[in-house]
Amino acid sequence: MDVLYFAWVRERIGLPRERVETTAATVADLVEELRGREDRYAAAFADLSALRVALDQELSEFDSPLDGVREVAFFPPMTGG
Amino acid sequence: MRISVQEDPFELGAESDAFAAGIENAGAVVTFTGVVRDADAGGLQAMEIEHYPGMTETALTAIAEEAMSRWSLADALVIHRHGRLAPGERIMMVATAARHRKDAFEAAEYLMDYLKSRAPFWKKEILAGGSADWVAAKEADEDALKRW
Repeated sequence: MDVLYFAWVRERIGLPRERVETTAATVADLVEELRGREDRYAAAFADLSALRVALDQELSEFDSPLDGVREVAFFPPMTGG
Repeated sequence: MRISVQEDPFELGAESDAFAAGIENAGAVVTFTGVVRDADAGGLQAMEIEHYPGMTETALTAIAEEAMSRWSLADALVIHRHGRLAPGERIMMVATAARHRKDAFEAAEYLMDYLKSRAPFWKKEILAGGSADWVAAKEADEDALKRW
């Protein structure tokens, strides 16, 4: 699946998007996998309460299943307007 | 209903005129415009607005559709810019048209409240000294959604 990062999450991880092969069942499982990769991921995902997630461009929760999902995006709370 | 996510500036007068001209049977048109503010006079060099292409348009459309269904609106318009903006530049505007002003005002406030914390935009302040800070979401903005 494609994993996208925005704002300071993108800056901390150092890239805007990447292709991730995973068997993670939920968003939380995917986050655990990413955290284990490198320090920069661990830093970006240190505090989930500071993050939001969208699955196929729709706001979702960290316990949401990834079954059939093609695009996951992680970002801080939005600041539009 | 029109949603526009764009990098280019927009003409407030022209957009307001075009919106109002296209309305039939509405006695009230409300417009709101957001402007890049320089909080510490002279400290802000630019505001960079990042967004999530695709999701942004979908989210704004869903928010505007919800406003159209909750209030008796004749039409609604949302324009939101992204990219690098200087202090004083217009970031975004919403316009609503309804038979009566109460619907138009309330729907405009609803649009503003939702696009502040449910549309995927992120603001970064570039300060005169060269440092940069991501603008943190305010709890008050999240609380504002509860009244709807």
